[in-house]
Amino acid sequence: MLTAGNALELRAQVENESCERAFDASRARLDFPILRHRIRGREIAYLDNAATTQKPQAVIDAEMSFYTSECSNVHRGVHTLSQRATASFESSRDVVRDFVGASDRKEIIFTRGTTEAINLVAQSFARPRLQPGDEVLITEMEHHSDIVPWQLVCQERGAVLRVVPVTDSGELELEAFHRLLGPRTRLVGIVHVSNALGTINPVRDVVRAAHDRGAVVLVDGAQAVAHIPVDVQELGCDFYAFSGHKLYGPTGIGVLYGKRELLESMPPYQGGGDMILSVTFAKTTYNELPYKFEAGTPNIAGAIGLGAAIRYLGALPFTAVMRHEDELLRMATEALSSLPGLRVIGTARRKTAVLSFVLEGVHPHDIGTIIDLEGVAIRTGHHCAQPLMERFGLPATARASFGLYNTISDVEALYQALQHVEEIFR
Amino acid sequence: MNAEMRELYQEAILDHNRRPRNRGSLADANRRADGYNPLCGDRIRLFLKIEDEIVKDVSFEGAGCAISTASASMMTQSVKGKSVAEAYALFEGFHAMATDDGERAGDLGKLEVFCGVKEFPARVKCATLAWHTLKAALTQPADSTTTE
Repeated sequence: MLTAGNALELRAQVENESCERAFDASRARLDFPILRHRIRGREIAYLDNAATTQKPQAVIDAEMSFYTSECSNVHRGVHTLSQRATASFESSRDVVRDFVGASDRKEIIFTRGTTEAINLVAQSFARPRLQPGDEVLITEMEHHSDIVPWQLVCQERGAVLRVVPVTDSGELELEAFHRLLGPRTRLVGIVHVSNALGTINPVRDVVRAAHDRGAVVLVDGAQAVAHIPVDVQELGCDFYAFSGHKLYGPTGIGVLYGKRELLESMPPYQGGGDMILSVTFAKTTYNELPYKFEAGTPNIAGAIGLGAAIRYLGALPFTAVMRHEDELLRMATEALSSLPGLRVIGTARRKTAVLSFVLEGVHPHDIGTIIDLEGVAIRTGHHCAQPLMERFGLPATARASFGLYNTISDVEALYQALQHVEEIFR
Repeated sequence: MNAEMRELYQEAILDHNRRPRNRGSLADANRRADGYNPLCGDRIRLFLKIEDEIVKDVSFEGAGCAISTASASMMTQSVKGKSVAEAYALFEGFHAMATDDGERAGDLGKLEVFCGVKEFPARVKCATLAWHTLKAALTQPADSTTTE
């Protein structure tokens, strides 16, 4: 089997030779059993990938295999099953390390998801450091999970939360960013790819500028990892958070990458089993990285499933997958823009896999319900980014988001269903 | 067009969405309540003028989907002129119909167009938002505001 490590190598090799391997989305689609189901007699056009992606058989098998042949607790038992479980669990950590380009496996912390990863940094990194008057700088396009943890910690510490605005096209206002990045900025929180707009943020430039001012940077990569290459060393970020379930992996598992020296300097996030070396009532010695941040029995099956998801993705020609998703986004944007009264929200120059829109005179919820009756699944609402919706003066948008298994047929189904919405509301 | 779709988006609902009745504020209201559905962001503010236990006048403001807008519009029409007890009974009746829960006391007349929402669990709250706000306004003491 191809490991993620040599899959990445292979990917680099393919890119170097600039003879891209072909990618066939309709064949990849067959790897996802749920997509064989029909909804109301129609094939599912699943266009809600920014909420969660479907899982390939390989991921389902990996979880199943853990429960049928390896199930045991990790890092504890001397018996065979426990050793097998530990080996599988820890090999997933290596797969994740290769996937994000971290230099050390100790820098890979398993969490419940992006949200927990960000809260971990807010509580263990920011909370002990923030002084009254210090600043945390985030952007207007953050998901609630990269807003509320900072609000909580800023309120408690008397620190100030500052927000970089976005332009009408949904890009970061870079001038404002540089202006707001000040001597009191301790931390910058920025989303790599906006879940509501699809904007790809210039994270490398943001990191460089922040480091020049002595601030650390946390990147929310939840919507990025499945769609664009991520290399934490190339980005230079201090923390990178993502979830398994938006990466064709299971729910309830996610990752925090953190630079080793920062993680070493941070107190534990939660106390409990597995995160200790020794406990007496007088004093507890914490375990080494990454276990210091993994209190309690982890989501073992989830971590193994995440490893399987990354291996699955690694075996695909990723450059061609990206091109395929870009092509879907381009075609969908073009088709939908031709519908009268339809307005695309988020027209940044660099975008991936997300198409948000509103239709004049029709609330997004009505759009969502009507097109669901034709087997088209999209998300409608504020996408957990209420401040961003407010900035655009909208209560909600409709959002189609793409994954590797979507095809032009899904775009056609969306387009046709939207025509029916128009017919009803005309 | 799909029959299920027609069942939910009945002509009366589309009509009330296009031309909501009793929309706007009410200068001499003596009850007011706000309703909010955080799931979809629908907001409604309801104004009632109640005298001698009769709903003399009623209006609403707010933005929402077709189901919630039409429901608010038709709710105001159906409670205007009714006694507080009758309006409360209508709430009970509507709630039972939309959630398919509890005893249906009888036919709700025009409001029966919302019967289809029970097949759409994600949309039940859109239909009941205005009614829950009405209940909040009816059960509060005069001249106060609550948020549902």
